[in-house]
Amino acid sequence: MAPAVSPQLDVDRLIDDRRTRIIVCCGSGGVGKTTAAAALGLRAAERGRNVVVLTVDPARRLAQSMGLSSLDNTPRLVPTAGEASPRHGTAGSPPDAAQEGGSLHAMMLDMKRTFDEIVEAHADPDRAAQILANPFYQSLSSGFSGTQEYMAMEKLGQLRRSDEWDLIVVDTPPSRSALDFLDAPQRLGRFLDGRLLRLLTAPAKLGGRAYLRVLNAGFGVVTSVLTKILGAQVLRDAQTFVTALDTMFGGFRERADYTYQLLRAPGTAFLVIAAPEPDALREASYFVERLAVEGMPLAGLILNRVHRSPAARLSAARSLAAAESLQPADPPNGDQHGSEPPARAVRAGTEPHSLAIAALRLHAERMQLAAAERRLAESFTAAHPLIPVAEVPAQAEDVHDLAGLRVIGESFPPGS
Amino acid sequence: MSARDTDWEGVRLHVVTGKGGTGKTTVAAALALALASGGKRVLLIEVEGRQGIAQVFDCPPLPYQERKVAVAPGTATQPGGEVFALAADPEQALLEYLAMFYNLRHAGTALTKLGVVDFATTIAPGLRDVLLTGKAAEATRRRKGSKHVYDAVVMDAPPTGRIGRFLNVTAEVSGLARVGPTRSHADTVQKVISSPETAVHFVTVLEEMPVQETLDGIAELAGLGDGGLQAGGIMINMVHPLVLSPDQLRTAASGSVDEDELAMELKAAGLDDSRRLAAALAAELTEHARTVTGQRTQRRRLAGPGQPRYDLPMITDGIDLAGLYRIAAALRDQGAA
Repeated sequence: MAPAVSPQLDVDRLIDDRRTRIIVCCGSGGVGKTTAAAALGLRAAERGRNVVVLTVDPARRLAQSMGLSSLDNTPRLVPTAGEASPRHGTAGSPPDAAQEGGSLHAMMLDMKRTFDEIVEAHADPDRAAQILANPFYQSLSSGFSGTQEYMAMEKLGQLRRSDEWDLIVVDTPPSRSALDFLDAPQRLGRFLDGRLLRLLTAPAKLGGRAYLRVLNAGFGVVTSVLTKILGAQVLRDAQTFVTALDTMFGGFRERADYTYQLLRAPGTAFLVIAAPEPDALREASYFVERLAVEGMPLAGLILNRVHRSPAARLSAARSLAAAESLQPADPPNGDQHGSEPPARAVRAGTEPHSLAIAALRLHAERMQLAAAERRLAESFTAAHPLIPVAEVPAQAEDVHDLAGLRVIGESFPPGS
Repeated sequence: MSARDTDWEGVRLHVVTGKGGTGKTTVAAALALALASGGKRVLLIEVEGRQGIAQVFDCPPLPYQERKVAVAPGTATQPGGEVFALAADPEQALLEYLAMFYNLRHAGTALTKLGVVDFATTIAPGLRDVLLTGKAAEATRRRKGSKHVYDAVVMDAPPTGRIGRFLNVTAEVSGLARVGPTRSHADTVQKVISSPETAVHFVTVLEEMPVQETLDGIAELAGLGDGGLQAGGIMINMVHPLVLSPDQLRTAASGSVDEDELAMELKAAGLDDSRRLAAALAAELTEHARTVTGQRTQRRRLAGPGQPRYDLPMITDGIDLAGLYRIAAALRDQGAA
């Protein structure tokens, strides 16, 4: 059977389509997700869209290169015009027909501040102050494992409602597993809205009567176990917090549901980012399947950091054989029957050798790597034949300026 | 060849962290193998519920139970060792803890059904961490008679971004009960983690962000626990052997490879279309040289903190057991185990 061929993902068509209002980049950590999101945002802006990139944890120098030394939970304008790196020559220069009215903003999520702002916006000052000072709130707003994901979605909702940008690119949090991003907001909502927390807070609200009922239902044991493990103070803080919060807005679950619906709305497109490595592609597969189950609109897969060769016609085997033929013969006093192949000395770099031998060996290595990557990509395609894929070549150096981002943007393959 | 000096004599709990994508789990598994050689018993613990160890050792998903997953290679004079693995789970650990302190084993199932365990670990994220680190500390200290059950414990810990919070046990549960078993449990765990018996190793690749996270992580350790935690080695993963001489590297990085000369040699090697091929290979050389130059910069930065550094080979054909043993051998050869 011939290997399956994926449809080509046309990134430019996606970002040029004015109906696309939200692009969510997701994928496991270490695949270049933040860089890809920034490159998408820059390219869309330079093709005339008003873009904001919401990022969660950018590399410091990447942030600086976008003119964003102060990333403070507010979208900042990225100065994109007339800045080209001489190193990249013509590639990576801003387009001549500058901008056509596009613009790029970027912001970094401050999850605690976002949470604080929700509280401040919805409660009167006294109550807000009370909530903000609550120890349970403090640990929830900075420590809970779903808070970052939740706040990223909350911020996305805010940006969308403000209608100041016609395209929002979201770089999702570096979760342990990419799936956390879908689950965490609901998990937090469910938790804050949950039965146990309600029961614990019941006494405070109903003056004790419900508490008796709880006791009868056997929850006394539960409370006592929790008190033993957590201490009475933690439970009291949690109770105070939920009671204060409850009057503020109609339940966390509704808020989580709202953002969840936003993700499913027309105009949202998901891009799964992966590197051609087993773990990253396994995560990508899970994510693709999960998005389908949830009815989320998946635009395609960006396969990042793919190794290619400008001399792909020269196979690894022929390249190695050619290198071998250029290799000077072993010195006559060497042990000709030894098990060490003569190539070993060259590989270890201990012997002077011609540049051609090095070039041929490096080429063979690159071809082997490319073949391994292709096999991985093919197994993804075999399982998901309908998912469009765009391959982005590996960059030789870390990307930390706009020119570097442009080079990535330019390397998105054109549609078929 | 029996008594070898390694860089981590006296360390019994090895915490392995690293940025996502650097191969943290693979290196943790290889370290466990390396530590096990010479007839030792080593426990490898994972704490993130990913079943990464099962994937690395190509075995069925691990239960919450210590089970043997691999043997370390022996030699003519040395017996092989054993690696056990455990997928630690906060829920199970909490039930175990309740059973230990309150004799509440039977209530356990009911508590699980009601979601109490989930609730408790959600309401106090620090509790979750202390249960997981507690499991590693317990295994490290466990004795049978006068002897330790495990010669060493390796923990595949959370990524660098979260490692400080994860290991700062006492501070994490400071909001919890000020007295009582949770607190004294946390204090015991912190004592193990802060002791010279514990070292925190960092896995990185030679790229800017993972290196930055490694440097930040090492700096962070000094301020954790009671008087800082011991930084361990820096495991530099996926290292390519050097192919170019320093001169060749400079020439290639500046993009001034002599294509005519290259074409002549390619022709001598019997390759067709040598001019076009030379141009393509020159471009590959330049790209390679720039990558290597960037990696050298990162390598210099890693030398900053003065921690021992270990080079681990790039396994190009996918990590299988053979690859794992190769990385373990590299760790041993360089004195990490």
